[in-house]
Amino acid sequence: MLLTVKNLSKSFLGSRALDAVDFDLAAGEVHALLGENGAGKSTLIKCLTGAYHRDAGTIALEGEAIDPRSTSQAQDLGIGTVYQEVNLLPNLTVAQNLTFGREPTRFGLIDARARTRLAREMLDGYGLDIDVNRDLGAYSVAIQQIVAIARAVSLSGKVLILDEPTASLDAREVEMLFKVVRDLRDRGLGIVFISHFLDQVFTISDRITVLRNGRRIVTEDTARIDRVKLIEHMLGHALESEVEARAGAAAPEKGGRPIAFSFRNIGRQGVIEPFDLDIHEGEVVGLAGLLGSGRTESAELLYGIRTAQTGEARDANGPINIRNPRAAIAAGFGFAPEDRKTDGIVADLTIRENIVLALQASKGWMRPIPRAEQNRLADEYIEKLDIRTTGREKLIGELSGGNQQKVILARWLAMNPRFLILDEPTRGIDVGAHAEIVRLIRALNEKGMSLLVISSELEELIAVSDRIIVVRDRRHVAELAGDQMTTDTIVRAIAAPDANPEEAA
Amino acid sequence: MTNARLLPLFATIAIFMLALVICFIQFPNMFSTRVLGNLLTDNAYLGIVAVGMTVVILAGGIDLSVGSVIAFSGVFIAVVLRDTGLHPMVVFAMLLAITTAFGAAMGGLVHALVMPGFIVTLAGMFLARGAAYMLSIDSVPIQHEFYDVLQSYILLPGRGRLTLIGITMLVVFVIGMLIVHKTRFGTAVYAFGGGEATARLMGVRQGRVTVMIYAFSGFMAGLSGIVFSIYTGSGYSLATVGTELTAIAAVVIGGTLLTGGAGYMFGTFIGVLTMGLIQVYIVFDGTLSSWWTKIVIGALVLAFILLQKALLHLARRGNEVAYA
Repeated sequence: MLLTVKNLSKSFLGSRALDAVDFDLAAGEVHALLGENGAGKSTLIKCLTGAYHRDAGTIALEGEAIDPRSTSQAQDLGIGTVYQEVNLLPNLTVAQNLTFGREPTRFGLIDARARTRLAREMLDGYGLDIDVNRDLGAYSVAIQQIVAIARAVSLSGKVLILDEPTASLDAREVEMLFKVVRDLRDRGLGIVFISHFLDQVFTISDRITVLRNGRRIVTEDTARIDRVKLIEHMLGHALESEVEARAGAAAPEKGGRPIAFSFRNIGRQGVIEPFDLDIHEGEVVGLAGLLGSGRTESAELLYGIRTAQTGEARDANGPINIRNPRAAIAAGFGFAPEDRKTDGIVADLTIRENIVLALQASKGWMRPIPRAEQNRLADEYIEKLDIRTTGREKLIGELSGGNQQKVILARWLAMNPRFLILDEPTRGIDVGAHAEIVRLIRALNEKGMSLLVISSELEELIAVSDRIIVVRDRRHVAELAGDQMTTDTIVRAIAAPDANPEEAA
Repeated sequence: MTNARLLPLFATIAIFMLALVICFIQFPNMFSTRVLGNLLTDNAYLGIVAVGMTVVILAGGIDLSVGSVIAFSGVFIAVVLRDTGLHPMVVFAMLLAITTAFGAAMGGLVHALVMPGFIVTLAGMFLARGAAYMLSIDSVPIQHEFYDVLQSYILLPGRGRLTLIGITMLVVFVIGMLIVHKTRFGTAVYAFGGGEATARLMGVRQGRVTVMIYAFSGFMAGLSGIVFSIYTGSGYSLATVGTELTAIAAVVIGGTLLTGGAGYMFGTFIGVLTMGLIQVYIVFDGTLSSWWTKIVIGALVLAFILLQKALLHLARRGNEVAYA
């Protein structure tokens, strides 16, 4: 084995990010590393590249124990990394980037001609016909990515770690990159490939390792692994123990209700393929899919955080404008984002201030909401949503995750929106608060509000949704309703191979 | 196609050419070696300090202290020459050591405290000016026979005077070009301006490079102070107020991106000459107030900032088209 990791453990502030993980990599293989958010992929990579220092376990490169303390040390040992965001400098030329730090010099000055020659040699065999003396930024992300690989390979030359290299590439560029990866594999490099795109993983990898909650779940030859099994491993659902969480298969007649919003052909290049979506009054639509599949991106387009390049949105009265969040709010939309710490709460403001924030913004700063009204709103929602606090003037940053989430919900409820998008509303919330949020979602849509809920918790999604849309590889691939809504069918829909895997980007 | 970052440099050169043409049409006799010699001599101290400023700005920083350091240098030289029997060359060496160390200390603070260069060099600006006042409040004349040597010149055909300090500026620009374009330090400077985090990942030793950048600027400010003292023959603590801003303007008119990462030393040279040319024009005209210099420079700086923004915008749109 080229690289052998045994019993690797790493904790942060008492929480185990990696728990006795084994991993190995042979020369001349592409080994894919899979796992949802928090599975421990990036922690493992960072331990290998020296960005983190492990707590326990051993790492051996070509049989010799190594202990990289920094990325440059790991590089010298032979482990190179290329990240999703190209870590090169767009304002330098390709040649300057490739030779950075070891420019050929003559009489103490850089020899530009020798540098050009060296850069051409480094790019030799990558199938790139580019002018190395042009700025790197003038080339596409795919070419930049390959330049980054060429640099990493020539600096390190044994192990190459590719961390989501295809995240912003189109199908043709992915194929170009894969050709490079295959060539490098054939030259005897060990390659660790991390991606959210299952089809790409199946196309390029020889073996797959799945991590979940900091543990290694399985390592298997790609040819022998079953897609459904793989997704089960990633999500941690055993299909045998299928839970019928559907509370009385609620209200199938909702489809007969009037359509509240209809979105046609909403899409954006490189973000999500155009999709149609109809949402009925008082309906809860769930979005299921793996991390990075395009679920959050779909919601962001609907709420105008990213502007859709194509398509239109209508309600009962005609077209509505959702080109930016302000317009979406004016149209009666609300959005509780996934990362509530950075995108949701304003930690230094009180509960009251956080609740009235959106309402005040929609009124404009010239018409302040009277303090008494603010107090009334805050008290009302603290009581209604059962927000556990000593009072409305407490800073929101001091609340627990579940209570923060309720304050965000309150913020949007105060707006009385017609359509509310909840991205991972229960992430990082303890079990008790979890159930309450689910109950709240149910109560909301009984009042006629339409909801779009995104969640990785399939049971929870099934429990709250009237319909579930499955997103895979930046496409809406399936719509499930009624009896079809089981974790089994969802997992199968996520796992279904694409007819044309190379187009999965 | 050539690199997009060359465009501002072309714009700089085009504006300089345009200025030359306007001058030639209005005052044909402006083109003499005499005017040329004066152009180099009058702007020598500005050009030298702009070389240091170019390096700092290319790296994404700024150095506000240089104007005060020039004034301090003049006073320091004048006072030491007046009060001691040291040879000017010894005094120059002492001064350069002081200003280089001063710049290095500011760079060290920028790195150690993770502070913007703007703030640290703002403090440096007041410190250096204050130090100049402490040495002397009055203008101190420099009387030393060696200064007569330093003020010498080569007589050009057409009775122009190519002074030693003018030559010094030209040499400094050549050295500056070699440093930014031909050394690893120079590449690191561009890398810094392109993205500090990325530069670090690529192996730049951030602390060392930051200290070197500000030390270089400090050295150039000291050298500029020496040249200024030769130019004026005195040291005065109230001199060169705002020169740091003029230098920044010269760098921007020279086509360097104010946020760092793109630009050329040669552009700064043309930028300095353009600013000098505007002044010469106003002198020749005779009816215009000298404040017009400032107005034209302000308009040029604004134009270059707009040009850089437009290029950035075009580059981004170009990328999107390439993507689709």
